[in-house]
Amino acid sequence: MEGIYALAIGVLTASGVWLVLRPRTFQVIMGLSLLSYAVNLFIFGMGRLMIGGAPIIETAAKADPSLYDDPVPQALVLTAIVIGFAMTALFLVVLLASRGLTGNDHVDGDPEA
Amino acid sequence: MNGWVNHLPIFPVVIPLVAGAVMLLFAEARRAPRTIIALVATLLNLLVALALAYIASDAVPSIWPDGIAVYLLGGWQAPFGIVLVLDRLSALMLVLNAVLALTSLIYALARWRKAGPHFQSLFQFLIMGVNGAFLTGDLFNLFVFVEVLLAASYGLLLHGLGEPRVKAGLHYIAINLAGSFVFLIGVSLIYGVTGTLNMADVAARASLLTQDERILFETGIAILGSAFLLKAGAWPLNFWLPSAYGTAAPPVAAVFSIMTKVGIYALLRLGSLLSGASGASVPAPFNEGWLFGMGIITLVLGTAGILTASQPQRLVAYCVIASAGTLLAALGFGGTAMKGAALYYLTSSVLATGAFFMLCEMIDRTRQTGEDLPLEMMEPVGQEPVDADFTDEVIGIVIPAAMAFLGMGFLACALLVAGLPPLSGFIAKFLILSATLTDTAPAPVPVTVWVLWGGMLGSSLIAIIALCRMGIHLFWSTDEIMTPRLHLGEAVPVAVLLLLSVALSIETGPAMEYLNLAGNSLSSPQVYIDAVLSGSRPPGPPAVPSIPVEGISP
Repeated sequence: MEGIYALAIGVLTASGVWLVLRPRTFQVIMGLSLLSYAVNLFIFGMGRLMIGGAPIIETAAKADPSLYDDPVPQALVLTAIVIGFAMTALFLVVLLASRGLTGNDHVDGDPEA
Repeated sequence: MNGWVNHLPIFPVVIPLVAGAVMLLFAEARRAPRTIIALVATLLNLLVALALAYIASDAVPSIWPDGIAVYLLGGWQAPFGIVLVLDRLSALMLVLNAVLALTSLIYALARWRKAGPHFQSLFQFLIMGVNGAFLTGDLFNLFVFVEVLLAASYGLLLHGLGEPRVKAGLHYIAINLAGSFVFLIGVSLIYGVTGTLNMADVAARASLLTQDERILFETGIAILGSAFLLKAGAWPLNFWLPSAYGTAAPPVAAVFSIMTKVGIYALLRLGSLLSGASGASVPAPFNEGWLFGMGIITLVLGTAGILTASQPQRLVAYCVIASAGTLLAALGFGGTAMKGAALYYLTSSVLATGAFFMLCEMIDRTRQTGEDLPLEMMEPVGQEPVDADFTDEVIGIVIPAAMAFLGMGFLACALLVAGLPPLSGFIAKFLILSATLTDTAPAPVPVTVWVLWGGMLGSSLIAIIALCRMGIHLFWSTDEIMTPRLHLGEAVPVAVLLLLSVALSIETGPAMEYLNLAGNSLSSPQVYIDAVLSGSRPPGPPAVPSIPVEGISP
């Protein structure tokens, strides 16, 4: 499981970085989205991978933490998704404004550059 | 009374948040209530920041021992819940931010609030994000506050629109989004290794790691440090800065001048915690050698930028880079005496660049066209004008008050930025240079001292050359200079900022006393760690009993 997971993060990151370095704004935003997926998966993985573990400990007395999932990365991912999503949406608006003002979709607003 | 004071650290976050939210309820056309709310909130923010700084400076030792206040949000004990921590350094940054916010708000009220909707709310949210980043004691919470301030800054940067701003905004958002992802990777890697996000707890656990974990931990810290350096505007991560700061609306650019300091503050805070507690070496971006090297290169390139800038606001943006470089180099130099001096420089440079950004826009109005002049047109300042008769008609005109103010303001800003006597910029540079000698042995002067002296003095020289050229170009050699109509509300904030830096240079003694204490507390992070982890509880709901869970830490 860890191997597949790591591979998924690696592929997403590599594709994201390549796209971010492209000169067209749409490719940049796709790259940023892929990067954010990769980062969210990465945060998730930092809480150790586990299948079927409950995140909430039922009784405070004699609980075995190894049976439970780590809830903190889930909370972090939730926050990171919200923030990343909002920022990407904002970026999209700026992208459209730039397209409208310059008439092309180059990141510098100049197709020759 | 005492209980009320204990809740004071949350106010710098709550006041702008509530003010910004309430302002959203008023329709755009109703400017008067918005303006009143914004002014009251910003003024309250300043008062709270001053009160916090006063209490943190050990003036009332009964309230917060060692000048460290720990505010447990929701009453959760420190490593489990989110904490706000206030010490002398964060109190200083809060005061700086509040002063800058109030002056640029007053400046903005004259003309700029009409440039687009929700300026006031975004402005308050920016203040909230910056305040929160200075107060938080938790890595993920730091990320959230940084995102809040960035989100507000995106909106503010685009304020007034126009093609250059949208272009700069596009780059600025893209680079900061990428930076935020890097930030998250670093934070989650640290969490994965240490099992905690509390900065004090991370530092306390860093020394307990095994060799394998240590490698991962240092990787995480290094990644996190890169994100901080990006925010701080350190070379090679600062190419976004000149165009973003150079095109933003002037009051916005003025508050932006503290945003790079958020990155520097985070580097300073985490670096100090890690260096004291971990025992082993501090990882790369917080390592003094790295900081020093990057700082010097940033300083040199920022100075080169000052020399090449043809537009006043862009020139100030490069001054921000140069000041970031000076700060990083000074902090990287190390030594206890240096920390206080570097904080003095930070205070002085924030006041100076804030005033400079606002002044630039007013100076721009003296030129009819206002377009960027190509650099070649600025060159022949030393030559006689071709048509000598042309100058005759100017003789005998009394200098109007507005022009005199702009000229004096420009002179003061130039002196501050370049670090020439008699203003606080000079004292700051002098303190840094003298601190290099107090901490080193006299006989063989280390090469770093030479590099720092050469870098700072050379940069001062080049900066003053560039600023002289810019000043001559702006005030003397323009044919069609117009006397601008200055709003009192625009002139006063600039004057206040400049007078504050004059006051700073007059009261250098008391100021340095406070700043040295703040610097010393950075050198003894154990006090901070103990204060956070012992968790003095504020009054409120009873603390949740800590569940004895084993195995959360690896």
